[in-house]
Amino acid sequence: MNIAPDGLSVESVHVWRGDRHVLKGVSIQVQPGELLHVSGPNGTGKTTLLRVVSGLLRPEQGTVKWLGRSIESSRADYHAALAYASHEPALKSDLTALENLRFSVGLKRRVTLDALRSTLDRTGVAACADLPARVLSAGQRRRVAMARVLAMSASLWLLDEPYSNLDAAGAELMSELLQRHVEVGGVALVVAHHDLALRCRVTRLELNS
Amino acid sequence: MTVGTWEAFRLLVHRELCLSFRRPEQLVQPLVFFLIVTTLFPLGLNLQLSLLRDMSPGVLWVAALLSSLLSLDSLFKSDADDGTLEQLVLSGQGLTVIVVAKTCAHWLVTGAALVIVSPIVATALGIPVDAFATMMLSLALGTLTLSWLGAIGAGLTIGLRRGNVLLSLIVLPLSTPLLIFGAAATDRAISGTSVMGAIYFLAALCVFTCTLAPFAAAAAVRITLE
Repeated sequence: MNIAPDGLSVESVHVWRGDRHVLKGVSIQVQPGELLHVSGPNGTGKTTLLRVVSGLLRPEQGTVKWLGRSIESSRADYHAALAYASHEPALKSDLTALENLRFSVGLKRRVTLDALRSTLDRTGVAACADLPARVLSAGQRRRVAMARVLAMSASLWLLDEPYSNLDAAGAELMSELLQRHVEVGGVALVVAHHDLALRCRVTRLELNS
Repeated sequence: MTVGTWEAFRLLVHRELCLSFRRPEQLVQPLVFFLIVTTLFPLGLNLQLSLLRDMSPGVLWVAALLSSLLSLDSLFKSDADDGTLEQLVLSGQGLTVIVVAKTCAHWLVTGAALVIVSPIVATALGIPVDAFATMMLSLALGTLTLSWLGAIGAGLTIGLRRGNVLLSLIVLPLSTPLLIFGAAATDRAISGTSVMGAIYFLAALCVFTCTLAPFAAAAAVRITLE
């Protein structure tokens, strides 16, 4: 197999969930400046693949490599380089949007509150910065989660259904942000059910049961 | 610019304290439980003051252990439920640092708070003022040790629906030495005999759990997240 010195590579990953063989030897290769769109019916292991790539789940077989190194051997560096957005926004409802960003982004890199406010502004939720996350709508929470991904300045984005709960303007913004990330040499893995209308290098991986 | 371990620890403790103070009812619950249980004993048993004084170390310690247990269940579970635990795990900081910060913050809002209100309870139970310092020191060491033991149990029971019952079954047997030596230290302080043996033992247990429990709890969290 051709293993590139950079980018993300997943080699023959197998994952079992009890008796179910969820991922059957999945191999992918994503170069800098490329987006991998993972699609497929429900229950085919899209989220599981994302969790394996993030390092949250160790596969029974196979390896995940980032910049040519196994993520097992460079876990802290790898995690510092990635931004993960699960299908739920992962916000503490008792903290404000700004505090949520501060306490998650602040663990990855030093960042000022002004910088976080301007990131919230970019995703269109500047007015929600000082509101507790529990009073935000599902779409606003998704935008705050997107602001967190942006603020992390990560080179690898792992996004699980990033378009869910977004209105038309939000979906357009999401596409713009993804495009810009890929155009500047970032890598993105996006799990989405619908087609992605992006003007950048997109590879598609269809997972079947 | 990357974030150092100490900086990450401080930020995480700040996060936990913020979250605790936004939900004051969770903060007050263990303290009220502690006060009520220790008040019910003398009322229910209708004891003579001398007999109450003999029983008070045991009553105080059992109430302290049970009230510390009340909030242990949510140590990792609330973060796991809303998905923020995954964000913490993927922050690039070691899971051990995350566990240490969360456990220290948990102790500050439960164990340390119990230690602070313990003189009120001790007065009600007839414990002499001379024994307060020993009682508070032993409670501080005991509750800190219990927080570490609880972190392991809380890590193992993250994914369980009724994990608090299993958590109690894991933690309470392990806390038996704390109860024996903690109550002994308070009892000896009341009777005016040397307390150092019991205090040293509690300190040794505290150091032992502080050293090893963070790694065990981090491993438990990692396993249950998978």
